[in-house]
Amino acid sequence: MIIAKTKPIEEIIETTKEFKRILVVGCDGCVTVCEAGGRKEAEIVGSALRMYFKQRGMDVKVDEVSLTRQCDRPYVAQLEEKIKHYDAVLSMACGAGVQFLAEAYKDKPVLPGVNTCFIGVTEARGEWTERCQACGDCILASTGGICPIARCSKRMANGPCGGSANGKCEVNKEINCGWHLIYERLKELGQLDRFEKPTGPRNWNTSRDGGPRKVVKEVSQP
Amino acid sequence: MTYPTNLKIIKLPCSGRVDIIHLMKALEKGADGVFVAGCLEGNCHYQVGNLRAKKRVAYVRELLDKIGIGGERVAMYNLSAGDGPRFAEIAREMTEKIRELGPSPLGESGGNRSPRPGTEVAA
Repeated sequence: MIIAKTKPIEEIIETTKEFKRILVVGCDGCVTVCEAGGRKEAEIVGSALRMYFKQRGMDVKVDEVSLTRQCDRPYVAQLEEKIKHYDAVLSMACGAGVQFLAEAYKDKPVLPGVNTCFIGVTEARGEWTERCQACGDCILASTGGICPIARCSKRMANGPCGGSANGKCEVNKEINCGWHLIYERLKELGQLDRFEKPTGPRNWNTSRDGGPRKVVKEVSQP
Repeated sequence: MTYPTNLKIIKLPCSGRVDIIHLMKALEKGADGVFVAGCLEGNCHYQVGNLRAKKRVAYVRELLDKIGIGGERVAMYNLSAGDGPRFAEIAREMTEKIRELGPSPLGESGGNRSPRPGTEVAA
Protein backbone atom coordinates (compact mmCIF):
# COMPACT_ATOMS: atom_id res chain seq x y z
CA MET A 1 0.00 0.00 0.00
CA ILE A 2 0.91 3.68 -0.18
CA ILE A 3 2.47 4.82 3.08
CA ALA A 4 2.01 8.41 4.16
CA LYS A 5 2.58 10.57 7.20
CA THR A 6 0.24 13.25 8.51
CA LYS A 7 1.74 16.69 7.97
CA PRO A 8 2.72 18.65 11.07
CA ILE A 9 -0.29 20.62 12.34
CA GLU A 10 1.69 23.89 12.09
CA GLU A 11 2.09 23.35 8.35
CA ILE A 12 -1.59 22.48 7.93
CA ILE A 13 -2.58 25.63 9.84
CA GLU A 14 -0.29 27.72 7.65
CA THR A 15 -1.87 26.48 4.42
CA THR A 16 -5.48 26.63 5.61
CA LYS A 17 -5.61 29.83 7.68
CA GLU A 18 -6.62 32.09 4.81
CA PHE A 19 -9.89 30.19 4.30
CA LYS A 20 -13.22 30.56 6.11
CA ARG A 21 -14.85 27.23 5.29
CA ILE A 22 -12.62 24.18 5.15
CA LEU A 23 -13.57 20.60 4.36
CA VAL A 24 -11.14 17.98 5.61
CA VAL A 25 -11.47 14.92 3.38
CA GLY A 26 -10.11 11.61 4.65
CA CYS A 27 -9.52 8.55 2.48
CA ASP A 28 -10.57 5.06 3.61
CA GLY A 29 -7.83 3.41 1.52
CA CYS A 30 -4.11 3.06 2.18
CA VAL A 31 -3.80 6.15 4.38
CA THR A 32 -6.37 4.69 6.78
CA VAL A 33 -4.26 1.57 7.25
CA CYS A 34 -1.06 3.55 7.82
CA GLU A 35 -2.96 5.86 10.20
CA ALA A 36 -2.08 9.03 8.32
CA GLY A 37 -5.24 10.27 6.61
CA GLY A 38 -8.27 8.10 7.33
CA ARG A 39 -11.51 9.22 8.94
CA LYS A 40 -9.88 9.13 12.35
CA GLU A 41 -6.96 11.35 11.40
CA ALA A 42 -9.28 13.68 9.45
CA GLU A 43 -11.35 14.11 12.63
CA ILE A 44 -8.27 14.82 14.74
CA VAL A 45 -6.94 17.40 12.26
CA GLY A 46 -10.43 18.92 11.94
CA SER A 47 -10.78 19.19 15.71
CA ALA A 48 -7.30 20.72 16.07
CA LEU A 49 -8.05 23.29 13.36
CA ARG A 50 -11.40 24.24 14.93
CA MET A 51 -9.76 24.73 18.31
CA TYR A 52 -6.89 26.73 16.81
CA PHE A 53 -9.20 29.09 14.92
CA LYS A 54 -11.75 29.43 17.72
CA GLN A 55 -9.28 30.44 20.40
CA ARG A 56 -8.01 33.15 18.06
CA GLY A 57 -11.52 34.42 17.61
CA MET A 58 -11.50 33.48 13.94
CA ASP A 59 -14.86 32.44 12.58
CA VAL A 60 -13.83 29.42 10.52
CA LYS A 61 -16.04 26.46 9.72
CA VAL A 62 -14.20 23.13 9.59
CA ASP A 63 -15.96 19.87 8.79
CA GLU A 64 -14.76 16.36 8.05
CA VAL A 65 -15.82 13.65 5.67
CA SER A 66 -14.10 10.51 4.40
CA LEU A 67 -14.35 8.88 0.99
CA THR A 68 -13.94 5.17 0.21
CA ARG A 69 -11.07 6.17 -2.08
CA GLN A 70 -9.92 9.45 -3.52
CA CYS A 71 -8.25 7.80 -6.50
CA ASP A 72 -11.50 6.71 -8.19
CA ARG A 73 -13.92 9.11 -9.89
CA PRO A 74 -17.22 7.66 -8.57
CA TYR A 75 -16.07 8.21 -4.97
CA VAL A 76 -14.63 11.64 -5.72
CA ALA A 77 -17.97 12.56 -7.33
CA GLN A 78 -19.71 11.94 -3.99
CA LEU A 79 -18.39 15.31 -2.83
CA GLU A 80 -20.15 17.23 -5.59
CA GLU A 81 -22.97 18.65 -3.43
CA LYS A 82 -21.07 19.07 -0.20
CA ILE A 83 -17.99 20.75 -1.62
CA LYS A 84 -20.01 23.78 -2.79
CA HIS A 85 -20.30 24.93 0.82
CA TYR A 86 -16.54 25.21 1.36
CA ASP A 87 -13.76 27.54 0.22
CA ALA A 88 -10.99 24.97 0.37
CA VAL A 89 -10.42 21.25 0.77
CA LEU A 90 -7.73 19.65 2.89
CA SER A 91 -7.23 16.22 1.37
CA MET A 92 -5.82 13.61 3.74
CA ALA A 93 -5.23 11.17 0.86
CA CYS A 94 -1.91 10.38 -0.84
CA GLY A 95 -0.62 12.68 -3.56
CA ALA A 96 -2.73 10.83 -6.13
CA GLY A 97 -5.93 11.53 -4.20
CA VAL A 98 -5.10 15.21 -3.68
CA GLN A 99 -4.52 15.64 -7.40
CA PHE A 100 -7.65 13.72 -8.39
CA LEU A 101 -9.79 15.94 -6.15
CA ALA A 102 -8.13 19.04 -7.60
CA GLU A 103 -8.86 17.78 -11.12
CA ALA A 104 -12.50 17.08 -10.30
CA TYR A 105 -13.17 20.38 -8.52
CA LYS A 106 -11.28 22.93 -10.55
CA ASP A 107 -12.55 25.98 -8.70
CA LYS A 108 -11.53 24.72 -5.22
CA PRO A 109 -8.07 24.98 -3.72
CA VAL A 110 -7.14 21.42 -2.68
CA LEU A 111 -4.41 21.26 -0.05
CA PRO A 112 -2.41 18.21 1.03
CA GLY A 113 -2.81 17.03 4.64
CA VAL A 114 -0.22 14.25 4.46
CA ASN A 115 3.24 13.65 3.06
CA THR A 116 3.15 10.64 0.77
CA CYS A 117 6.20 8.52 1.52
CA PHE A 118 6.47 5.18 -0.30
CA ILE A 119 4.94 1.84 -1.25
CA GLY A 120 5.44 -0.38 1.73
CA VAL A 121 4.19 -2.77 4.36
CA THR A 122 3.13 -2.73 7.99
CA GLU A 123 6.29 -3.93 9.74
CA ALA A 124 4.65 -3.73 13.17
CA ARG A 125 1.78 -1.71 14.63
CA GLY A 126 2.77 1.90 14.04
CA GLU A 127 5.78 1.05 11.88
CA TRP A 128 5.90 0.90 8.09
CA THR A 129 8.80 0.12 5.78
CA GLU A 130 9.48 0.49 2.08
CA ARG A 131 9.32 -2.49 -0.27
CA CYS A 132 8.63 -1.24 -3.79
CA GLN A 133 9.57 1.73 -5.94
CA ALA A 134 7.11 0.97 -8.76
CA CYS A 135 9.93 0.73 -11.30
CA GLY A 136 7.59 -0.90 -13.78
CA ASP A 137 9.74 -3.95 -14.58
CA CYS A 138 9.70 -6.40 -11.70
CA ILE A 139 12.82 -8.52 -11.26
CA LEU A 140 11.86 -10.16 -7.94
CA ALA A 141 11.88 -13.60 -9.61
CA SER A 142 15.67 -13.45 -9.92
CA THR A 143 16.42 -11.79 -6.59
CA GLY A 144 14.84 -14.18 -4.14
CA GLY A 145 11.75 -12.02 -3.71
CA ILE A 146 13.78 -9.14 -2.30
CA CYS A 147 13.90 -5.98 -4.39
CA PRO A 148 17.32 -4.41 -4.98
CA ILE A 149 15.67 -1.28 -6.38
CA ALA A 150 13.75 -0.59 -3.18
CA ARG A 151 16.00 -2.25 -0.62
CA CYS A 152 19.46 -1.26 -1.88
CA SER A 153 20.25 2.39 -1.16
CA LYS A 154 22.03 2.63 -4.54
CA ARG A 155 19.35 0.67 -6.44
CA MET A 156 22.13 -1.50 -7.81
CA ALA A 157 21.25 -4.29 -10.22
CA ASN A 158 24.30 -6.26 -9.09
CA GLY A 159 25.53 -6.22 -5.53
CA PRO A 160 26.40 -5.98 -2.75
CA CYS A 161 28.72 -3.02 -3.08
CA GLY A 162 31.82 -2.23 -1.00
CA GLY A 163 29.72 -0.29 1.48
CA SER A 164 28.05 -3.41 2.80
CA ALA A 165 29.42 -4.56 6.17
CA ASN A 166 28.02 -7.24 8.45
CA GLY A 167 24.77 -7.17 6.53
CA LYS A 168 24.30 -3.43 7.02
CA CYS A 169 24.36 -0.55 4.57
CA GLU A 170 26.96 2.22 4.72
CA VAL A 171 24.21 4.84 4.36
CA ASN A 172 22.91 4.00 7.82
CA LYS A 173 23.82 1.16 10.14
CA GLU A 174 20.14 0.57 10.82
CA ILE A 175 19.45 -0.23 7.17
CA ASN A 176 19.88 -3.84 6.16
CA CYS A 177 21.97 -4.25 3.02
CA GLY A 178 19.45 -5.26 0.34
CA TRP A 179 21.98 -7.32 -1.55
CA HIS A 180 23.11 -9.09 1.60
CA LEU A 181 19.49 -10.08 2.18
CA ILE A 182 19.23 -11.27 -1.43
CA TYR A 183 22.41 -13.35 -1.07
CA GLU A 184 21.20 -15.02 2.13
CA ARG A 185 17.80 -15.73 0.65
CA LEU A 186 19.18 -17.16 -2.59
CA LYS A 187 21.53 -19.35 -0.54
CA GLU A 188 18.49 -20.73 1.32
CA LEU A 189 16.78 -21.37 -1.99
CA GLY A 190 19.88 -23.01 -3.50
CA GLN A 191 20.01 -20.38 -6.24
CA LEU A 192 23.41 -18.83 -5.65
CA ASP A 193 24.30 -19.47 -9.30
CA ARG A 194 22.35 -16.28 -9.97
CA PHE A 195 25.48 -14.41 -8.91
CA GLU A 196 27.51 -16.07 -11.66
CA LYS A 197 25.77 -14.11 -14.40
CA PRO A 198 25.56 -10.38 -13.78
CA THR A 199 22.38 -8.57 -14.71
CA GLY A 200 22.82 -6.25 -17.68
CA PRO A 201 21.94 -2.55 -17.60
CA ARG A 202 18.32 -1.93 -16.70
CA ASN A 203 15.91 -0.12 -18.94
CA TRP A 204 14.65 2.65 -16.68
CA ASN A 205 12.08 3.81 -19.23
CA THR A 206 9.44 1.84 -17.35
CA SER A 207 10.34 3.80 -14.24
CA ARG A 208 10.22 7.58 -13.86
CA ASP A 209 12.86 8.08 -16.56
CA GLY A 210 10.16 7.60 -19.17
CA GLY A 211 8.08 10.48 -17.76
CA PRO A 212 4.66 10.16 -16.09
CA ARG A 213 3.36 6.64 -16.67
CA LYS A 214 0.10 5.14 -17.78
CA VAL A 215 -1.30 1.63 -17.69
CA VAL A 216 -3.94 0.56 -20.19
CA LYS A 217 -5.77 -2.75 -19.98
CA GLU A 218 -7.87 -2.80 -23.08
CA VAL A 219 -10.08 -5.70 -22.07
CA SER A 220 -11.19 -3.78 -18.99
CA GLN A 221 -12.09 -0.67 -20.93
CA PRO A 222 -15.73 0.05 -21.69
CA MET B 1 -13.34 11.27 50.08
CA THR B 2 -15.09 14.16 48.41
CA TYR B 3 -14.11 15.41 45.01
CA PRO B 4 -15.10 18.56 43.12
CA THR B 5 -18.65 18.55 41.76
CA ASN B 6 -17.66 20.20 38.51
CA LEU B 7 -16.15 16.92 37.37
CA LYS B 8 -17.86 14.89 34.68
CA ILE B 9 -16.95 11.23 34.82
CA ILE B 10 -17.02 9.11 31.71
CA LYS B 11 -16.74 5.43 32.58
CA LEU B 12 -14.91 3.09 30.25
CA PRO B 13 -14.01 -0.59 30.58
CA CYS B 14 -10.30 0.26 30.21
CA SER B 15 -8.25 3.43 29.73
CA GLY B 16 -6.98 1.75 26.54
CA ARG B 17 -10.35 2.67 25.04
CA VAL B 18 -9.50 6.36 25.27
CA ASP B 19 -8.55 7.61 21.85
CA ILE B 20 -6.92 10.85 20.75
CA ILE B 21 -10.19 12.12 19.32
CA HIS B 22 -12.04 11.60 22.63
CA LEU B 23 -9.63 13.90 24.44
CA MET B 24 -9.79 16.45 21.62
CA LYS B 25 -13.60 16.40 21.57
CA ALA B 26 -13.83 16.86 25.33
CA LEU B 27 -11.81 20.05 25.09
CA GLU B 28 -13.54 21.19 21.94
CA LYS B 29 -16.91 20.78 23.64
CA GLY B 30 -15.87 23.04 26.48
CA ALA B 31 -14.03 21.04 29.14
CA ASP B 32 -11.28 23.12 30.73
CA GLY B 33 -9.20 20.02 31.30
CA VAL B 34 -9.34 16.26 30.97
CA PHE B 35 -7.61 13.58 32.93
CA VAL B 36 -7.45 9.90 32.18
CA ALA B 37 -7.50 7.69 35.26
CA GLY B 38 -6.00 4.36 34.30
CA CYS B 39 -4.94 1.40 36.38
CA LEU B 40 -1.44 1.25 37.81
CA GLU B 41 1.23 0.46 35.25
CA GLY B 42 1.78 -3.28 35.10
CA ASN B 43 -1.71 -3.91 36.47
CA CYS B 44 -3.76 -3.61 33.26
CA HIS B 45 -6.28 -6.42 32.94
CA TYR B 46 -5.82 -6.12 29.17
CA GLN B 47 -2.02 -6.02 29.49
CA VAL B 48 -1.21 -2.65 27.95
CA GLY B 49 -4.41 -0.56 27.87
CA ASN B 50 -3.08 2.02 30.32
CA LEU B 51 0.24 2.25 28.46
CA ARG B 52 -1.62 2.94 25.23
CA ALA B 53 -3.64 5.63 26.97
CA LYS B 54 -0.41 7.16 28.28
CA LYS B 55 0.99 7.46 24.75
CA ARG B 56 -2.22 8.99 23.45
CA VAL B 57 -2.33 11.51 26.28
CA ALA B 58 1.28 12.47 25.48
CA TYR B 59 0.36 12.84 21.80
CA VAL B 60 -2.60 15.09 22.59
CA ARG B 61 -0.54 17.21 25.00
CA GLU B 62 1.98 17.86 22.23
CA LEU B 63 -0.74 18.64 19.70
CA LEU B 64 -2.46 21.03 22.11
CA ASP B 65 0.81 22.85 22.74
CA LYS B 66 1.23 23.30 18.99
CA ILE B 67 -2.24 24.78 18.50
CA GLY B 68 -1.89 27.09 21.48
CA ILE B 69 -4.40 25.45 23.83
CA GLY B 70 -1.73 24.23 26.26
CA GLY B 71 -0.97 20.54 26.70
CA GLU B 72 -1.11 20.73 30.49
CA ARG B 73 -4.91 20.74 30.30
CA VAL B 74 -4.72 17.01 29.62
CA ALA B 75 -3.13 14.55 32.04
CA MET B 76 -2.75 10.87 32.71
CA TYR B 77 -2.97 9.41 36.21
CA ASN B 78 -2.53 5.84 37.34
CA LEU B 79 -4.27 4.46 40.39
CA SER B 80 -5.91 1.32 41.61
CA ALA B 81 -9.60 0.99 40.74
CA GLY B 82 -10.29 0.34 44.40
CA ASP B 83 -8.51 3.42 45.67
CA GLY B 84 -11.33 5.93 46.07
CA PRO B 85 -9.43 8.35 48.32
CA ARG B 86 -6.60 8.57 45.78
CA PHE B 87 -9.15 9.26 43.03
CA ALA B 88 -10.62 12.11 45.05
CA GLU B 89 -7.13 13.45 45.70
CA ILE B 90 -6.25 13.37 41.99
CA ALA B 91 -9.55 15.01 41.10
CA ARG B 92 -8.84 17.83 43.54
CA GLU B 93 -5.25 18.15 42.31
CA MET B 94 -6.31 18.31 38.66
CA THR B 95 -9.10 20.79 39.41
CA GLU B 96 -6.62 22.97 41.24
CA LYS B 97 -4.17 22.80 38.35
CA ILE B 98 -6.88 23.73 35.84
CA ARG B 99 -8.09 26.54 38.10
CA GLU B 100 -4.58 27.97 38.04
CA LEU B 101 -4.50 27.75 34.25
CA GLY B 102 -7.86 29.46 34.07
CA PRO B 103 -10.79 28.66 31.80
CA SER B 104 -10.12 27.09 28.45
CA PRO B 105 -9.34 29.63 25.74
CA LEU B 106 -12.17 27.95 23.83
CA GLY B 107 -14.73 28.67 26.55
CA GLU B 108 -17.69 30.73 25.45
CA SER B 109 -18.04 32.79 28.62
CA GLY B 110 -14.53 32.86 30.06
CA GLY B 111 -14.23 35.05 33.14
CA ASN B 112 -14.77 33.66 36.60
CA ARG B 113 -16.76 30.52 35.96
CA SER B 114 -15.47 27.43 37.73
CA PRO B 115 -13.35 24.97 35.78
CA ARG B 116 -15.03 22.11 34.04
CA PRO B 117 -12.62 19.24 33.76
CA GLY B 118 -13.86 16.12 32.07
CA THR B 119 -12.68 12.77 33.35
CA GLU B 120 -12.13 9.49 31.65
CA VAL B 121 -12.10 6.59 34.05
CA ALA B 122 -11.02 3.04 33.63
CA ALA B 123 -13.31 1.01 35.86
